[in-house]
Amino acid sequence: MVKVIYRDKTWEIKAGSTVRHVIEQADLNPESILALRDGKLINEATLTEEGDVIKLVSVVSGG
Amino acid sequence: MKCSKCGGLAVINMRQHRLRLCTSHFTEWFATMVQRTIEKYEMFSPADKVLVAVSGGKDSLALWDVLLRTGYEAEGMYIGLGIDEGIGYSDKSLAMCRQFVTEHHPGAVLHVVDLGEEYGQDIPYLAHTRQRGRGKPCSVCGLVKRHIMNRVARDGGFAAIATGHNLDDEVAVLMQNTLHWQAGYLARQAPVLLERDGLARKVKPFVRIYEREAAAYALVRGIDYIYDECPFARGSTTNFYKELLNQLELQSPGAKQQFYLQFLQARDKGEIRFAGEGAVELRPCRRCSQPTTAGDLCAFCRLWES
Ligand code: SF4
Ligand SMILES: [Zn+2]
Ligand SMILES: [Zn+2]
Repeated sequence: MVKVIYRDKTWEIKAGSTVRHVIEQADLNPESILALRDGKLINEATLTEEGDVIKLVSVVSGG
Repeated sequence: MKCSKCGGLAVINMRQHRLRLCTSHFTEWFATMVQRTIEKYEMFSPADKVLVAVSGGKDSLALWDVLLRTGYEAEGMYIGLGIDEGIGYSDKSLAMCRQFVTEHHPGAVLHVVDLGEEYGQDIPYLAHTRQRGRGKPCSVCGLVKRHIMNRVARDGGFAAIATGHNLDDEVAVLMQNTLHWQAGYLARQAPVLLERDGLARKVKPFVRIYEREAAAYALVRGIDYIYDECPFARGSTTNFYKELLNQLELQSPGAKQQFYLQFLQARDKGEIRFAGEGAVELRPCRRCSQPTTAGDLCAFCRLWES
């Protein structure tokens, strides 16, 4: 399984999909989100692997 | 996904530029893009001293970082607003700025002005007690920040105040102003506001940088920034427009960039014009001597009267 973290939420998904798919599955817009694995930025075509922890970061901030 | 330049592993895909870049080519591209923007809009020159308004967020810290790495004499300026709202927002954001200096640029100068210490009241209190602030701290806050920033820039002999406004910020404002046909604002929204009558020059070196790229830059450079937004920004209309524009961008890569840059171009060429372009007259405030359009005392000084 792959663990996904976004803001204060955490969930699990099956390994093997692209990061872009992970973002879309969470109903988020890939234009507004960046993904990190082990603290490193990863591109949207990266395939998730068993045991990955993927952190999604929103790039939108106001004020 | 491979880097368009070296074939290494890409960390970001920028569809509007048809570029996929690895960490080192992305940081290089980013710095070049900012440098070109500074030159194109004649923001400042390498001999100038620049004051960077830092908030502890990704944009302003990324801006300070890239200016220092490019070799500019850039000093940071942080204003302590006293915003806590249960999450210690102001304390945390100052800590981020200090940590940035320690970890990335020891020796860089960070000016800190604490509103509560220097003027006796913080933003939540002012917003609560002043007519201007009723229900909208951002109005008081913006006024206070502009005033203090200008004072520090003038006193310190800075050629310009640089802010981290990115293309998404600008395009969100442009969209709001267009939807409401705010001619006065549309006339003035620009990457550079020239200095005049005691007002320091203001520049936005990130106007051609997508917010996504500014965040990516902070992340690949290992810059820790405050993820929490100011609690008063929650549910702001700006964020609503940004999300809306990103929907558009998703369907049509480059849409945000075109909307903003073509607006600037058309206005510069005189293809579109707005009433209210003429500059209003400014006079020095009786108390603080900063320029004001409002007769005797400036809006900042009046804030402390009421
Ligand atoms: S969101 Fe409003 S109150 Fe918060 S820092 Fe920005 S202008 Fe000030
Ligand atoms: Zn490369
Ligand atoms: Zn005044």
